[in-house]
Amino acid sequence: MANLRIENLSKRYGSTAVLNDINLHIEDGEFVVLVGPSGCGKSTLLRMIAGLDGASGGDIHIAGKLVNALAPAERGIAMVFQSYALYPHMNVRKNMTFGLKFTGVPPKERERRVAEAARMLRLEELLERYPRDLSGGQRQRVAIGRAIVREPAVFLFDEPLSNLDAALRVSTRVEIANLHRMLKSTIVYVTHDQVEAMTLADRIVVMNRGHIEQVGRPLDLYYAPANLFVAGFIGSPAMNFFEARVERLDAGRACVAGHGFLAFEVPAGSLKPGDMLTIGVRPEHLGCHEHSALAVEGVVELVERLGESSFAYLRRADDKLFVAEVRGRETPTPGERAKLTAAARDVHIFDASGLRVPTQNDA
Amino acid sequence: MEQRARSLSVHLVLFAYSVLAVGPILLVVMNSFKTRSAIFGAPLAPPDAATFTLVGYEKVFRSAHILTYYANSLIVTLVSMALVLLFGAMAAWALTEYRFRGSTALALFLSIGIMVPIRLGSVAILNMMRSLGLNDTLTALILVYVAQGLPMSIFILSEFIQQIPKDLRDAARCDGVPETRIFFEVIAPLLRPAIATVAVFTIVPIWNDLWFPLILTSSDSTHTVTLGVQQFLGQYITDWNSVLAALSMAILPVVAIYVILSRQLIAGLTSGAVK
Repeated sequence: MANLRIENLSKRYGSTAVLNDINLHIEDGEFVVLVGPSGCGKSTLLRMIAGLDGASGGDIHIAGKLVNALAPAERGIAMVFQSYALYPHMNVRKNMTFGLKFTGVPPKERERRVAEAARMLRLEELLERYPRDLSGGQRQRVAIGRAIVREPAVFLFDEPLSNLDAALRVSTRVEIANLHRMLKSTIVYVTHDQVEAMTLADRIVVMNRGHIEQVGRPLDLYYAPANLFVAGFIGSPAMNFFEARVERLDAGRACVAGHGFLAFEVPAGSLKPGDMLTIGVRPEHLGCHEHSALAVEGVVELVERLGESSFAYLRRADDKLFVAEVRGRETPTPGERAKLTAAARDVHIFDASGLRVPTQNDA
Repeated sequence: MEQRARSLSVHLVLFAYSVLAVGPILLVVMNSFKTRSAIFGAPLAPPDAATFTLVGYEKVFRSAHILTYYANSLIVTLVSMALVLLFGAMAAWALTEYRFRGSTALALFLSIGIMVPIRLGSVAILNMMRSLGLNDTLTALILVYVAQGLPMSIFILSEFIQQIPKDLRDAARCDGVPETRIFFEVIAPLLRPAIATVAVFTIVPIWNDLWFPLILTSSDSTHTVTLGVQQFLGQYITDWNSVLAALSMAILPVVAIYVILSRQLIAGLTSGAVK
């Protein structure tokens, strides 16, 4: 068990920077998920923590020890790969004990650890089987077992669920969450799937183009995204964005107006008249509210029915599309004109550089 | 209908090729069991009750050195194969896995070895072996054959190593497996089909080679089978019974090795083509 401290870490291939000045502190026992679109550098960051890729600059500390120059095995980490990377010519038991031979774990202790991991992961029946005879979910559990027997200070998961089918992904996700509860170990988990990130993480690190956009608890990211990228990345379907500008200031309140929605007021803060803003509202927050801060109008173009709710795609007067979630059995019909509103606390405002403008609900 | 015609024509071509390839071998084996007059009288006829004889084999076994020749061929072939496979796999792993100063130049240098036939250097090799005091030894032959086999084996094995998922190597490194053990215990077992392929490609030319035994060995104790057979070929009289019997026997070990490796070999030749 250990904390993990990353300071000014960067990675360059030639003149292309893959990671830029990454700073991240992970507490002992914390489950941190690195999430971002493909190519954002999250896997590279994980491989650098593991010691599989070298850094171009910066430091990594695991359990207070500088590990920059240490080999992967000396860092006290264990990694679970997307492809599982089981040794194909060894049975499950051998897969789990193979590495322990070289790290000075006596045979008796190896057996104990394998037995315990097998019990935890329900692998007892499979110990003599070969990877080729296992299903995807079983292989994934063996890969996790191989990590557990190393008793690492930090677990590293590299998109461990993306090779599983949808149903298995959900159940394995629950297993990983349970495992974390049992082991109480520090976990760094890479995924591009925001649902995995939201459900598993104590804290989420949103990455984009080699730098960290925001670090925070799942619901903080959802309710108070720090910038446009995080706002658009977290949540599905993505947040609707509307262009707007500050019309005037009036007694500490700013009047914000734009195409396709009615003018509304927010606390002025540092806003000046004429500032260009982006207004963000999540589809699930658009509906019919009594005391609404914002109202948008549009013509329903397409309805996606999911069962418990439906997504309506509406076209505004300025020809831009936005999405609204409609709950219940009644679904709108295409061609219908609708006016949807959002409560003040569900309206996100971003300035011209894409940073969040504090509103009353941030307090 | 069209498909059957196509399949028929394909089989016809394959059959013709098989006849072309197997025919001479069959002829050698058949005639090795025939009397001298029958070999010349009806070379294409199989042996019958009247023409059947084992005189060739008897003579070959009576000749004092044939077992030495056999042993020499086996030693040279098997030792060369083992060295080519070991060094070839290790070099292929190093060249694909590690980036070091001169690695590209080294890979290029080795690929030249595929293109330039080693026989061009015969005179230089002979001189070198003489000054090393290795002329007329099996060691000289083994050294030459290892040099001859290495470039191609490195080339083939590199291709196979590139197909092994990089995650396996990374997983082993995270597990704390030392680099040499990663090669011998994780990578090498996965190379088995490739190693079988390379083994066959290495063995056949070495076993059949006449040139280097001819120039590098001079005494009976270092002759190989292919060279030893030559003693039955005289300037005025050729003992065809013995020549054919010795050649038939020389085919056997190669066939045996091929049968042993063939299952692996087929997997090796088709893997990569079929995912």
